[in-house]
Amino acid sequence: MKNVVIIGNGVAGITCARELRKRDSSASITVISRESQYHYSRPALMYLYMGHMQWSDVMPYPADFWAKNRIELVHDTVVSCDTEIQTVTLASGATKTYTHLVLATGSSVNKFGWPGQDAKNVQGLYTLQDIESMETSTAECDRAVIVGGGLIGIEMCEMLLSRGIEVTFLVREAEYWNNVLPKEEAQLVSRHIGKHGVDLRLQTELAEIRTDTNNVAVGVRTKDGEKISCSFVGLTAGVHPNTDLAEQSNIDCGRGVLVNQYLQTNIPNVYAVGDCAEILLPGQTRGVVEQLWYTGKNQGIVAAQNICDANQLYERGIWYNSAKFMELDYHTYGQVPATSTDSTSLFWQCRNTEKCLRIAFDDQRRVTGFNSLGIRLRHKVCEQWIADGASLRLVVQQLSSALFDPEFSTDVVPDIVLSYNARATDPIPVPKRKNSFWSKLIPVK
Amino acid sequence: MPLQQSTSSFYASVFMQKNATGVALFVFGLVMFCAGSVGVFVDSPILFSLLSIGVATVGGLLVATSAFGGLAGVKNDGTMFASSKNRGAVGWLMGIVLTLFYVLLYWFPDTLQYMVQAADPVSYTLRGMPADRWFFYGLLYTIAILVMGLRFIGRNRHNRYQIIRTLSVMAFQTVFAFAIPAVLEALQKPYFDFKNVWPLDYDFFYSWHLNKLTSESTPFFAGLTLGEFMLYWGIAMIVIGIPVLTYFFGKRWYCSWVCGCGGLAETVGDPYRHLSDKSMTSWKIERWMIYSVLVLVTVMTVLVILEYVNPAEYSFAFSRSLRTFYGFAIGAAFSGVIGVGFYPIMGSRVWCRFGCPMAAILGLFQRKASRFRITVNGDQCMSCGNCSTYCEMGIDVRAYAQKGEDFTRASCVGCGICSSVCPRGVLKLENDSVATAPHNKTDR
Repeated sequence: MKNVVIIGNGVAGITCARELRKRDSSASITVISRESQYHYSRPALMYLYMGHMQWSDVMPYPADFWAKNRIELVHDTVVSCDTEIQTVTLASGATKTYTHLVLATGSSVNKFGWPGQDAKNVQGLYTLQDIESMETSTAECDRAVIVGGGLIGIEMCEMLLSRGIEVTFLVREAEYWNNVLPKEEAQLVSRHIGKHGVDLRLQTELAEIRTDTNNVAVGVRTKDGEKISCSFVGLTAGVHPNTDLAEQSNIDCGRGVLVNQYLQTNIPNVYAVGDCAEILLPGQTRGVVEQLWYTGKNQGIVAAQNICDANQLYERGIWYNSAKFMELDYHTYGQVPATSTDSTSLFWQCRNTEKCLRIAFDDQRRVTGFNSLGIRLRHKVCEQWIADGASLRLVVQQLSSALFDPEFSTDVVPDIVLSYNARATDPIPVPKRKNSFWSKLIPVK
Repeated sequence: MPLQQSTSSFYASVFMQKNATGVALFVFGLVMFCAGSVGVFVDSPILFSLLSIGVATVGGLLVATSAFGGLAGVKNDGTMFASSKNRGAVGWLMGIVLTLFYVLLYWFPDTLQYMVQAADPVSYTLRGMPADRWFFYGLLYTIAILVMGLRFIGRNRHNRYQIIRTLSVMAFQTVFAFAIPAVLEALQKPYFDFKNVWPLDYDFFYSWHLNKLTSESTPFFAGLTLGEFMLYWGIAMIVIGIPVLTYFFGKRWYCSWVCGCGGLAETVGDPYRHLSDKSMTSWKIERWMIYSVLVLVTVMTVLVILEYVNPAEYSFAFSRSLRTFYGFAIGAAFSGVIGVGFYPIMGSRVWCRFGCPMAAILGLFQRKASRFRITVNGDQCMSCGNCSTYCEMGIDVRAYAQKGEDFTRASCVGCGICSSVCPRGVLKLENDSVATAPHNKTDR
C-alpha cells in the first residue's frame, strides 16, 4: 500500500493529493504544512487585506472535504527528511514514514542584499503569515514604498490603496513589467497604475532601506540618491524556490529542487512540484522553474500519476496566463515576445478606453499568441488557433468567437478588422458592430 | 507628490463626506417617520412628507451618488470590515428595525395609521384619495429601488450588463408596480400589476380576484374588457412567458430584470449579497423548501379553481385554511418579514432562494429547458472565491469554475456579479445557441 507524504499545502501539493485519491482509493495520503491547517487560495490573500473576503471564503474546499477524501492534514514544520529510511521529522518531534515523498515547498521572497532588508515593516507577500504581518505593520502607515515591478508588486499597491495608504512604486524597467509585456501593453498598464494614484517611478532602483534606531523602516534611498520616507516597504522583486529541506537531504538542487520530466528527483520515490521544482530536460544543465498557479496544478497531477506508475511526462502545453492589473483584465495565450513589433504582430488599441489586443504571428503569418488588456479572451478558442497554426487573417475574421467579455460590452471586432485592413493586402469585410445601440446609449469607460 | 495622488485623495474625502451627510439625513428622515407615527404631524401632511420621505430620499441620493466617486471598477474594498454589511452591531440593528417594520405593516397596521400619511400628498396627486398602508409601502419600495438602483449603477458602471439590468428593474418597478396600478385605481379599475405572475402572485386565481376581473362590461381592447384582458394576460404570462422567455434567456429575464422582489434584492439588498450561506447543507434545505412551497401553492390554486368552477361540490374547509395559512406563513411572514427584514443577516435573496414558487418554476425550466448557462474559461480559475462570496443565491460558483466546468444551476438568477468580480475573467453568462459555443451542462 502506498503511503504518500506531501510537504506543502499550496495548489501543487493539494492537487497532487486529490489526484492521488482519485487514482488510488487505498493509499495513505498526508499533507504537511507549516503555514496553515487547511489549503487556501494563495492568489486570494490580497482580498483578505482589502476586505473583499474573509478567511472562510478563500478556502476552496469545505473542512469536511479532507476527512471524506481521507487526506490527513498536519499543521507542522518538517525539520528534516531522511531518504534512506524514508522518514520525515516534524518540529513537534513526531516522525512520519513514507513510500513516496512529494516536495511542494513553494518559494520565498527575493532579497538582493539591500541594507535594511530585514528591518521591521519590510516584507514580501507570499504566505498567510505575510498578510498577518502586513496587517499589523500598516495599521498606522500612511505612506509605503513597493520595490519591484511584477505581478505581486501591483497587487500590493492595490491592497495599500484600498486602505488609503499613499504608495510609491519603484520599477527598475522603462515601463511596468516590460521584460514580459511588449512596449505598448506595458505603457497602457503603467498609465493605468498612475491613474489609480500610485506614484510610479520607472527606471528607479532601490539602494537601501533606511531604518531608525529600533530597526524599523523609515524610508528608502534610490540609486539616484533620492530619499523617500515611508513606514512600510514591500519587497516584490520575484521569488526563489525553497530548497533548504531538499539540500539537507541529499536531494539534488540547482536553483530549485532538480527533477526530470517525470517530476522525479535524483531519489526515485521523491518528487517535487510547483514553485520549488526546477525541471531539467535531458542533456541540459539549467532547468525551468515555473511559478504559476496553473503550472503548479498541472505538475501536481503529473506527480500523482507517476506515483501511481502512469509514466507520464510533464509537458507544459500551450502557455497561458491571466491577471488583473488594478481594474484591467489581462489574458495571454501562446507566445507573444516582449520584443514584438508591427512586423511580427497585429496590435490594436482602443482610442478612448483602456483596451488593447495583440496577435503575434510567425514569418508565415501563422498566429503564435495573444495578449489582451481590458478584453477577455476565450481560452479554448485561442489555444485551438495556436495549435492549428491558424492564419492571422482567419483569426481576425473569426475573432468574435474568441471574445469572452460580459454581454452588452462594446464590440471591438470591427475596429480590429479595420486595423488589420490598414496594413493588409487582403482586406476583410468589416462586420457590423454588435451592441452598437447600447454602446451609444450607455457609454462605459 | 504627484498631482494625481492629491486630487484622487481629495475626491475620496469629498465622497466620504457626502456619504456621511447622506447617512445622517437618512437617519433624520427615519426619526421623522417615528415622530409622525405618534401623531406629531397630524395637521401638516405636506411638512411630514417632506421631512420624512423627502429628507430620507435626499440622504439616500447623497449616499447613492457617492458611489460614482473614484474610478470605475469592482468596489468591494472594506466590505468585510463594515459593521453594517457584515453582521456587525449596525447590521443587526438594521435587521431588527426592518423586521419590526414588516411585522407592524402586515399584522399591526393600526400602529402605522399616522405614519402612512407621509404618502398622502403623493397619493392625492396620483389617485385623488388618501394613502393606505399598501400605497405607502409601495411608494417607499419604489423610491428605495430607484435610489439604491442608482447606487448599484455607480458601483458597477464599468459593466454595461449591470447598468442595463438595473435600469430595467428600476423601470419595471416604477411603471408596472407603482404608476400603472395607481392610475388604474384613480380610474376605478381593478388594481393590477402586469409583471406580477402566478405563482408569485398567489391570489391571482382567488374567486374574489377572478370576480373583480370579470365584473366589468365596457370593452377595452379587441372586444375584451380591461379585466378580461388582465385575466388573459396573466394566463398568457404563465403558459407562454415563463417557458418561452426562460428557454431563450434563463430565469434572469424575470428574477433580475423584471421582478419587484428581485428588484429590491438587487438594489437595496446589494450591500448584503455576500451574506448568503454557501454550504451544501443550505443548498439541500433550499431545494426542499422551495419545491415544498411550489407544491403548496399549486395544490391551493387547484382547490381554489375547483371551488370557483363548482362551489357546490368543491367547497372545502381545508381549502380555506390552506389559503389562510399560505397568506400568513408564505405571503406575509416569508416573503416580507423574513425575505426583506433579514437582508442584513441572511443576505438579499432569502425569499427568492428558499421560498419563491415563481423562482422554483423558472428554475426548473432553466435547468431542464433553457439555453442559459454560465461558461467557464478553460483552466484559468485560481480558486480565489470572489464569485462564490458575492453570489447572492448562495451558489458555490468556484466549485464549478475550478473544475473548468460550464454549468446551469436552477437557482441562478443571472445577476452576473460572479463574472464581474472574477479577477481572472473566468466566468460569462451566455444564452447563445449551443452550436456557436460548445459546452457541457453538469450539476454537482
